[in-house]
Amino acid sequence: MTEAVIIGVGLHPFGRFPGKPAMDMGADAVRLALADAGVTWPRIQGGYVGSFEVANPDAIVGKLGLTGVPLRGVFNGCATAGTAVALAARAIETGEHDLTIAIGLDKHPRGAFAADPSVAGIPSWYGQTGLFLTTHFFGMKINRYMHDHGISHETLARVASKNFRNAAGNEKAWRRTPLTPEEILASPVLNYPLRQYMYCGPDEGAAALVLCRADQAHKYTSTPVRVRSTSLRSRRLGAFEVQSPSFPVGEPVESPTVDAAREAYERAGIGPEDVDVAQLQDTDAGSEIIHMAENGLCKDGEQERLIAEGATEIGGRLPVNTDGGLLGNGEPIGASGLRQIHEIVLQLRGTAGPRQIPGTPRVGYTHLYGAPGVSAVTILST
Amino acid sequence: MTTTQQPVAEGLFTWPPSVSEPLRLIGSECTACGLVSFPAASDCVRCASDESKPRLLADRGTLWTYTTQNFRPPSPPYDGPETFEPYSVGYVELPGELLVEARLTEPDPEKLRIGQDMRLTLVPYAVRDDGTEVMTFAFAPVEASAEAEEPAGAEDFAQAEPVEEEAS
Ligand SMILES: [Zn+2]
Repeated sequence: MTEAVIIGVGLHPFGRFPGKPAMDMGADAVRLALADAGVTWPRIQGGYVGSFEVANPDAIVGKLGLTGVPLRGVFNGCATAGTAVALAARAIETGEHDLTIAIGLDKHPRGAFAADPSVAGIPSWYGQTGLFLTTHFFGMKINRYMHDHGISHETLARVASKNFRNAAGNEKAWRRTPLTPEEILASPVLNYPLRQYMYCGPDEGAAALVLCRADQAHKYTSTPVRVRSTSLRSRRLGAFEVQSPSFPVGEPVESPTVDAAREAYERAGIGPEDVDVAQLQDTDAGSEIIHMAENGLCKDGEQERLIAEGATEIGGRLPVNTDGGLLGNGEPIGASGLRQIHEIVLQLRGTAGPRQIPGTPRVGYTHLYGAPGVSAVTILST
Repeated sequence: MTTTQQPVAEGLFTWPPSVSEPLRLIGSECTACGLVSFPAASDCVRCASDESKPRLLADRGTLWTYTTQNFRPPSPPYDGPETFEPYSVGYVELPGELLVEARLTEPDPEKLRIGQDMRLTLVPYAVRDDGTEVMTFAFAPVEASAEAEEPAGAEDFAQAEPVEEEAS
């Protein structure tokens, strides 16, 4: 089977851009990715575009050129971008196309996501009585995890502080003001034990990747980044997942992240010990901590020591969320996972500027988690 | 003036609770594989059977995890009062049945503890323009001193006037 490689990346800044439609941000990201790859839009043979707010993001062809290209819209909650890149890569792997694109764009209104529970197949009383908040799940999951594995409130604050500090070195990040762990611990509790500065916020942004057949990459770049594997898994019965009015008792069932990570490592022939830099879904500081273990990058409970030692800092032995993650960048759902891959590509190329990790990183890892219990993992390498 | 009460949804819990039918959550049990569900579900997410029977769930359990809600949730879907009072939510493990998500009566996280005993109760989470209290289920910590008391029964809801028809 042919291998897919990434030859171009483009990122529209994440944040708030009054008056600028999501489609325009997406078109900007595509143009950056095309320029980075050294290809023009008419040469793109197919692609996938993800968005939550934009009903038919494939309409972006109206801004890029009406070439007749098959561009399919995708949506998988917060794993949307993982789906877009997986399908764009698969179109190359199966020989359908030689040159594809993955695009993500979104423009969320301010504040927490508000939705009608019925669209998620959940009865309306769940929303009426104040249970339909995804932030509850993250508070409850890390509260239980802290109880079981000895994670402290200070460690939550250190994670958030690291991500804001990394974002300060990223001109395209939204929240670039560094905050100390003390300042973070002094912010109001929103959903115990999580505080205001431990949560990411919905915002706006776009990202795009150009992919091609590995055997043609030399025509475009000397630094292709290989898509070693992609995996997307949904929740299994018994796992503790977001938006669940109840779940069965019994033996604990692993989250879809564990399933997706295991599958992605197997397909890539790469183990967690080989990962040089990781981008993990940090909807909140607790999620980053839990996801370190769920993605196999450490054992449950080791995070307390690893984070205190600075292991996940840019200069540490396993840098996590070097561009500021979701905490620093916010979450335009459709674009978020492509932003993660954009960062990994820069790190593997050695062009991440002030946030470049030392040495010669060879393997990068990205992970998404979202409602209603879906995870996507992408493993990349030089 | 008598305060009238109504449940937030039909078929969620026994209503009105009485001595003969005390407060319980109404779940379901798959007739093929026995999986217990809440709220009651006709389709089984384990074996895909579409046959189930109603099952009243245990009114006692232990707190599996919890969090607080310190800001007013977006409306819609939330339809609680404009003047917001923080509340807590958690998952309570009903042994051998399931873990159920619910509001907790204790809003202070310092007074909640994973593993503590909880019992089912009702809370008026909203008041309609005509004064009707809208009731939903919640779990309350079982105080050590209250352990010897009678289990929660109809007497806890003696103030609950059965609503036979729409209050007007
Ligand atoms: Zn069944």
